[in-house]
Order: sequence, then C-alpha cells, then structure tokens
Amino acid sequence: MTATTTGWGVELHGVTQRYGDVVALDDVALTVRPGTITGLLGRNGSGKSTLGSLLAAFRRPTAGRVLVDGEDPWENERVAPGVCFVRESGDVLDDYSLKDNVAYLSGARPHFSHELAGELLELFELDLKRKPSKLSRGKKSAFGIVVGLASRAPLTILDEVHLGLDAPSRYAFYDALLADYAEHPRTVVLSSHLIDEVERLLEDVVVLDRGRVLIAQDAESLRAEGVSVTGPTAAVADFVAGRDVLATQRLGGTTQTTVRGALVEGDARRAREAGLELGPVPLQDLFVHLTDPVRTGGAAAHAQGVDR
Amino acid sequence: MFDGRDPVYLQIADQIRQDVLSGALAAEEQVMSTTQYATTFRINPATAAKAFAQLVDEGVLYKRRGVGMFVAPGARERLLADARESFFADTVDPVADAARVLGIDVEDVVARLRARTAAPAPQGEPR
Repeated sequence: MTATTTGWGVELHGVTQRYGDVVALDDVALTVRPGTITGLLGRNGSGKSTLGSLLAAFRRPTAGRVLVDGEDPWENERVAPGVCFVRESGDVLDDYSLKDNVAYLSGARPHFSHELAGELLELFELDLKRKPSKLSRGKKSAFGIVVGLASRAPLTILDEVHLGLDAPSRYAFYDALLADYAEHPRTVVLSSHLIDEVERLLEDVVVLDRGRVLIAQDAESLRAEGVSVTGPTAAVADFVAGRDVLATQRLGGTTQTTVRGALVEGDARRAREAGLELGPVPLQDLFVHLTDPVRTGGAAAHAQGVDR
Repeated sequence: MFDGRDPVYLQIADQIRQDVLSGALAAEEQVMSTTQYATTFRINPATAAKAFAQLVDEGVLYKRRGVGMFVAPGARERLLADARESFFADTVDPVADAARVLGIDVEDVVARLRARTAAPAPQGEPR
C-alpha cells in the first residue's frame, strides 16, 4: 500500500448549532474513528449537512468544540487542505470549464491525484470542456464525486453526492470509492438516504435524529442488534417480553415483531422450540423504526407505538 | 451472495473454509486480497480483513508480509477433522429429530443413506 494520506479522526464535544430559533445540532458528542468509512444517516433536517459544514469549517458552532485530527478546524491552515466536503450542490466554479475547475480545486489539495481524476472523468463520461452550470444534475453530482475522491483528503465528507446519479453510476461510484479507499486509506464520512445500497460499504454508522446522536457504533454490531421474530401471536409476545420492541405487525394469528438487542446464548434454541422464526432486519428498516417520531417522541408515545 | 443472517465477515470466512475443504483453494495458494474482496463484493475492506484475521487465528490462513494471505499447510486436514467432529451433532441429529416428528422409520432413513452413498457423487456445488 502506498498510503499518501492517513485518515483524520473527528471529535465533537457538546456541539450545538443554532440558526435563529432552529437548533440544528443539540449538544452533540461524537467520535469518528480515523481511517473508517463512516455512514452519516438521518432524516431530512436531522443535522447531517450542518455537521459536515462544521467539520469543513464553513461555519463555527454556536457552542462546544469541534476537533479534526486533534485541532479546531476554524481558520486552521494545517487542517483546511485536508478536509474535503462535497455537497450535492457542488461548491465548484459554475462558469468555468471542468478542466479549469480541476486545475483550480486541485491546487488546494496536496494529495490530489490527477491520474484518478482522469479515470473518474472518463468513467462518468464527463467532458472537460463543459461548464458545471451546463451539466445535468447527474453529471454535476458525478463531477463532485470526481473532485471528492481525487482530492484524497484525510477527511473526506460526501454529503448525498450520489443522490442525482442513476443506479449504474451509483454503483460505479461505490466501486471507485472502495477501490481507492483500499489503496489510499483515509476517513470518509458518507451521508446517504440510500441505506440499503451503502450499508455494506460502512464500517461505522452514526444516526442523527433532530440534531441529536441516536446511534454511533460499528455497522456489524448494529446490524446484529435488529432481529425479526415471526410466529404464533402468543408465542411471539412471550419471546419479546422485556425486549426493546420497535414494531409489530399482525396477520390473522401470526405476528411479526422487530426487536432491538443482540440475541444471547439460548435465544435461538428457545425460539425454535416455541415455533418462532428469527430473521435479520435490514439496516434501512432498523433506521426507519429507530427514527420514527412516535418512538423517539417519548416513553408514553413509545408504549402506544408498540401495537401499530 | 453474503446476505444471510450471519455478519458478512463470518460468511466470508465460511466461504473460504468451504473452498479449502473442497480443495478449490490448495495449501500455499494465495487468497484474494482485502482490496479484491472489497471491490468484488462491494464491502468495506475492514469486513474482509476481519474474516482473514479470524482465519489466521484458526490456522487456516497465514500472512506473508507485504505479499498477502495464503492457505496454511495442513489447513484442509484440520478443517476436515473439525467438520467430521461436528458432523453427527450438526447434520445427523437434526435428521433423526425430523424423522421422529414425521414418523419416518429410522430403517428407511438408513436405507436412503445407503442408496445415496452408492450413487455417483453430485457434480458441482449447489451454490
């Protein structure tokens, strides 16, 4: 491996970001492990983009401390070139050709790979003579990805960059990301609504919900925490008693319940003996249940939510 | 591929064990790198690395610094010994339990096993 960069870690201590009356981030404590691909998941307005803006020092938090590679990124000449924040909106020079854009943007990135940029431009069929303002949404997204990956920044934040891409282009992006990440390890914070598609790419997962951190753990253990229990209603009720029930569906005498909490020794045998079927829960479903406003609204609402 | 109940790294480890058992991967043969695994199956390289670490612990693979992962000498024999040990508990006992529930005579099961064993081995793997 020819690691030209190593990943930078991130720490947030009591970070609050207010926009007038709106609290975008609310007393957030968070660690992003250096060198991981960390998924930043959350519903619209959960604070994902604000978090990215703080890491990239586009703004300063209202309160609390942000540390990137151990330092406050604000007006920090050492840290700034190493943090690449790519938003779907682009952050490119709209009225200059892609060629000029690459020349300009690469100047700010000490690890920029023109070779990789060339490969990716070709992969996404981007014409260097075109201007971003003249590109379709998909092509504009693709150019953001080219810049984001070719920069090889020790902290790369990709905020919904692949939303405008069609499915084949998204998979091309996932492959390019993994291939280059494997050769040049760095920290990648990937925010996405397409959880099914990206979950296997992630080593760690952070779920934001209305400005707070709901989950921050490794993807493998998070996935192991979701279990679906299916079988006769009474047997299911018996098995899930005392567990964290996320959702319940009934069809005739059969019930399917989604619970959170890793299985312990003997659970699988107990379920089999009770005629119950245990199954995996896709991360996407787990996310939907966990960020359900009824559930996160409070304990009383949660108790009512069990029976839906 | 890799979509079962188990974590992906366990499934990768299991697949490599199966390949060593079947002889598809011979002793001293190099296995795919974490990078190749990551890009082939679209998974995080750390997931593949975790599978490799487990197999190194078990003595199925060993690492040659700067070159990659290789199948350890004697890995197949060790895996075979393990598999034989768990064969009766993992494979035969559930058949006996199921036969009892279904009211199938044990002699019929034995006869079937004899007939099946005498028949030519199935070609290819049912994957």
